[in-house]
Parts: sequence; C-alpha cells; structure tokens
Amino acid sequence: MERNPIRRQLAIMRQSLFDQGHVDEQFVQLEELQDDANPNFVEEVVTLYYRDSARIILNIEQALERKPFDFRKLDAYMHQFKGSSSSIGAKKVKAESTLFRECCKSGNGEGCMRSFQQLKKEYATLRKKFGAYFQLARQAGPVETASRPK
Amino acid sequence: MVLAESGFSSPRNDAFPAGLRVLVVDDDPTWLKILEKMLKKCSYEVTTCCLAREALNLLRERKDGYDIVISDVNMPDMDGFKLLEHVGLEMDLPVIMMSVDGETSRVMKGVQHGACDYLLKPIRMKELRNIWQHVFRKKIHEVRDIESLEGFESIQMTRSGYDLFDDGHFLSGDDTTSGRKRKDADNKHDDRELSDPSSTKKARVVWTVDLHQKFVKAVNQIGFDKVGPKKILDLMNVPWLTRENVASHLQKYRLYLSRLQKESDIKNSFIGMKHSDLPSKDSTASFGPHKAMNMIPDDVPNGTYSFSASNSLAQNVDLKGQGDLKGITSAPVAEPKGALSIDIHDSHEAKSTQMSFDHSLGSVDSAVSFASFNSTTPLQYPWTEIPEIQFKQECEPLHLENGFSQLPLPGPSMIENEANRSRIEVKPLLDECRSNFVEHLGPVGAEDLFPIQSKSQSLNNQVFDLISATKSSMKTQDVGLNYLADSEFALRNLNASGVGVPLATLSEDLQICWLQGDCYPMNYGLQDLECSTYDNPGLMAETPFHLYDVLRFDHEHLFDPTEYYAIDQGLFA
Repeated sequence: MERNPIRRQLAIMRQSLFDQGHVDEQFVQLEELQDDANPNFVEEVVTLYYRDSARIILNIEQALERKPFDFRKLDAYMHQFKGSSSSIGAKKVKAESTLFRECCKSGNGEGCMRSFQQLKKEYATLRKKFGAYFQLARQAGPVETASRPK
Repeated sequence: MVLAESGFSSPRNDAFPAGLRVLVVDDDPTWLKILEKMLKKCSYEVTTCCLAREALNLLRERKDGYDIVISDVNMPDMDGFKLLEHVGLEMDLPVIMMSVDGETSRVMKGVQHGACDYLLKPIRMKELRNIWQHVFRKKIHEVRDIESLEGFESIQMTRSGYDLFDDGHFLSGDDTTSGRKRKDADNKHDDRELSDPSSTKKARVVWTVDLHQKFVKAVNQIGFDKVGPKKILDLMNVPWLTRENVASHLQKYRLYLSRLQKESDIKNSFIGMKHSDLPSKDSTASFGPHKAMNMIPDDVPNGTYSFSASNSLAQNVDLKGQGDLKGITSAPVAEPKGALSIDIHDSHEAKSTQMSFDHSLGSVDSAVSFASFNSTTPLQYPWTEIPEIQFKQECEPLHLENGFSQLPLPGPSMIENEANRSRIEVKPLLDECRSNFVEHLGPVGAEDLFPIQSKSQSLNNQVFDLISATKSSMKTQDVGLNYLADSEFALRNLNASGVGVPLATLSEDLQICWLQGDCYPMNYGLQDLECSTYDNPGLMAETPFHLYDVLRFDHEHLFDPTEYYAIDQGLFA
C-alpha cells in the first residue's frame, strides 16, 4: 500500500478503473511500456486516442444524420473506432462498439442510435476519469512499476 | 504521420533478433505509437507509417532496408491485403497482418494473400517479441542460394545458429548485384543440406518493376496457359535468375491473377483502357511509366491518343470513344510521371461511365477520360457526338500485353458492394460532364470534372501531374485547358509549364474529402485523415496500384505512387 497519500489516492483511482470495468488488461500493457524514455507514455497514448477517436465519433454522428442509414459505412467507422479503443483498453467503450456493429449488421437503426448514445456516454465518462487520474499522476511524480489489478 | 528514422540497408550488427528492422503500417496513430514502443522494447529497429502507399515507397527506396512488415488490414488508402500482396511480390518480405477483427474469413484471407501471421488487436508485447521467427524462417530458405556467393564458404548450413541467419542476411543485404543474387540453385543442393526440403525456397530476388515487366512480357508471349517457369526464364534472358525464382514468382502471380478474376464482376461497368498503339514505343514502353515517353508527337492515328497521366489512370481508363471521338492528339510530353496512352475507338457502345467511377480507379479513369475527351476531341473532330460517347468498359490488358494486363481487372474488382453506392453518386457528375461535352466544344467546366479531394500533398501532385500532363499535351493541340485551371483543385498553383510543376505550390486546402458523399475538409495532417475512405478501401488503389507497381517507377521516378493515390482520391470527386 502506498505511503504517499497522493500515490495512494492514485492507486485507488487506478484500481477502480479496473474494478468498474472501464479498462482492461491492455491498459496494463501500456503501463508496462512506460519507462524512463517515455515517462508519460500512458497519458500520451490516451490523449492521442481521444484526439483521434473524436474524429471518428464525428463521422459517425454525421452518418447517423443521413437517412436512410448507411450501415456499411457506420460499421466501418465503428470498426475503426473499436480498433482504436482497444489500443488503450477502453473496455466498456469497446463493448458498446461491438453492440453497435451488431446493430449495423442486422440493419437495426434504432439499436444503432441507442447504442451510440450509450457509447458516447461511456466514452465521456472514461475521459473524465482519465483526466482526473492523469492529473493526479502528474502530481504524484514518476512511479516505478505498474501493479497488476487484483 | 511521419516515419521514424532507422538505420537502413545495413545488416544488423547486434545479435539477432535484436535490431530486427520492422516497418509498421497502421492508419491508427494510437496503435502506431503503441506498437512502436513495444517493438523498441524488443530491441527492434522500428519505422512507422500510416499509409500503405508510404510504406511501399519506403520499401522500394530501401530494398533491403527492412526485415519484416507489420500492417493493419484496414487502411484508408489501400487494402492491407493488397499491400501484403505487393510486398510479397516485390520485396518478398514476411508480412504480418493485424486487425481488431478476428473473423475466420479475414484471417483466412490474410493467409491466402501470403501473410505469415495474423495478429489480433489488442496486441501484446509478447506476440511481437517472436516475430523474428518469420524472418529467420525465410532466411533459412534462402540461404542455400546465398551460399554460392563468393566468400561465403564459411556459412554454416545448419539450422542452429544465428550466424547462419546473420550471414544470410548480410549477404542478401550487401549483395553487390543490388539485392539480386542468384545463380543456379541446382548446384547448391548437394551438401548444403540446410533445412526442410521446402519447395518454396527461393533466392532473395527482388522483383523490381523492370524485372517483373520482363516476366509478364514473357508470360504473355508464351501465352498464359502454356506458361512454365523454364520457358519464362528463357524468354526473360536474365542470366542471374533461376528457374526457381521464376517458378515461385509465377506461383504468386497466378494467385494474384486468380484473385483478380474472382473479384471482377464487371463487364459492363468498367472502364478499361486499351493502350494505344504508340508507334514510338514497344508494348511495354507505352505503358510503362518508366518509359517516360509514350506520347506520339502530333501524330494522331485515328482512334488513338495518348497523354500523360498517371499509370494508374491509364490502366483503368478505357475510352472507347464513340462516334467521332477519334484519335486524340498526343503531345510528346516528357512527363516525368507515368504516361498513359489511351485508345479511343469509334465504338458507340460505351456504357455509362458511372460504372467504374465509384472506385477510385473509376474516378480516376473518368477523370482522365474526361480530360482527354475534353482536350482532344474538339481538336480534331466535331464534338457533336460526345453525348453518345460512352465508355465501354473493358477489361483488357492495359499493359500492352503485359502480363499484368490483367490489372485492369482490378478495376472491376474494385466494384464491390460499395460500388453501387458510389456509382450512384458518381453518376450525376458524369451526366453533368456529358452535358458539358455537348455544349462545349472546348474546355468544360473543370470544376465539375475535377472535384478533387486531396489528402495530401502528394495527392495534389499526382493530380497535378495528370493535369499538367494533359494540359501540356493539350496545349499543343491548342486546346484550352482552361477548365483545368478553373478546377478548384490546386490547379491554380499549377505551373503552366506542365511537366515538372512545382508541386510544393499545391495548396493544401483542397482537401475536400469526397467519397461517397462524405465530404469533410481534411487537413494535410494525417491525423485528421478522413476515414470516409475507410469504408471503401478498395476504392483506393486497387488496380491502379497493381499496375503501378508493375509499371513501376525506376529511379527516374516516372511514376510516383503517391500520384496514383492522388488521382484515385481526388481526380474525380
């Protein structure tokens, strides 16, 4: 258990990310990649993810404004988004992407819309959590090793 | 995205597998960053790029600069499987595919196209640690041939050590014959009992465009049905090439062609291109970009015209001129870019151009054809028949009897499910163009013809070159290419001198992504690469790319691959 209060808080936050199913094992992979050469690797990657995926989200939104739905295109976008989300281990977001894709495959427009709303929610929630997490991490300073979730 | 630096061409000095030179291709910047870090942690030398075309460029620039390629399956500018094929055909490097989609059919497709492995995202570092095995495996197969190299006696033909690998690698890398070494494999077989009697063992032959063209030419001469490695080898007359080299290349080629065949369902909605019988060229020349000069100076035989354009364009465009749309003037254009010769026949059956338009190729084609029509017809023939002009789709060998003549097929192949969608979207434009034809004998509003979308400077360049090529060729015919200049595309920046226009001036704002109705402004930065193309990977460089590869560019850089891409992307928007 961390002595340093900030570090302790950080560890708790981190743990809750896992416990609540927001992130999965891939996130640990990222943490393991962080080293002296890239001390802020995880944060950089997550930032990059949010920046790039915002574009895809926008595309999907715009595509959903066109009726009738172009399911193929929507599916393609979501495929891209899913791939991206898998890179940081965004578990819930990824799961929602899969649901969305299934709706696309079955031509379920309503399902797509609902799924997308849910996805955006998860996406935003995770972003907030990450924001708080990294902010604290910066305060805490460099950490040696990543600890695996229980 | 830019690629990271890495030491090229020099064989690894460290103990293998450290220093393995990996090229990673993925349009997702997040993954690119992660993979780069992972590979670096494995002590590999990493180069990243986010465009397939860029990757091919890099690979071509440094023939022996990489040991292995890792590529994502879904990329905006080119289907990952296509890239895979190209790498296999040209560079013969092991390629690993990646995707978040692990569907059996996809994986199978990867294997069919020659991937040596298929990784599922998210990728763990431990999966990357072992990729060296693919490189090693390939080396083993090639070592035999390496043996015969001078001073190579010491090579231990054992399966064990790395030294085997190192030596092999060293040889293949530093070969004086620039990557091609070979000799008769027959001698080597005896004592060097190396490894498995794999039938696929082959020398590390680099199938350059020239070499491949010779190959294709030979194949066509013999007749595809009667072809055999020995016959091809004899015809090719390349002393250092062995029967084995040819055999394995033939195998790949066959796979490639059969795949194209399967994908082609066109027939009526394809614009193929027939190369004109340029007197000044031999068959390959007229098509080959490296031939630079495919233009028939002023001499315009009926029914043929040629103008500079990207090869890709040429390949997919088959203008069967209707009515009076006869020969087009061809201006000798010392076009550094690929030259395209197009036959325009007096056929009347051209189908609606909408067919192939949906594909990038199609777009390009139509753009090209339009350009040519615009520019040339008024010149010599009454344009009254323009409306009747329809482009007959033809899957004819584009390449002047080149084996890859099959390449036009990729055009049809492009027409996949998405095609229908795009087709419809293209059509209106087409109609508009047609009506333009009717009305004007001269230049048609270029805006309509070239709603260009450019994704990158190179794209601009590509189109630019095309435009300039057409322009210059047109000029000699006194055809105003004003419409071109009016194009919203960076034509404004187009240097009227035509060839060799400074591409740097091309505006980067043009980036209107037109793709199936998805129009998003795109910045040059790849970060913002519009993913609208994503859904139509085939739209991009399918056929043209093949052609492009075959025709290839040599150091003269007649054909810039990016140009091709540009044309696909932006020429016809």
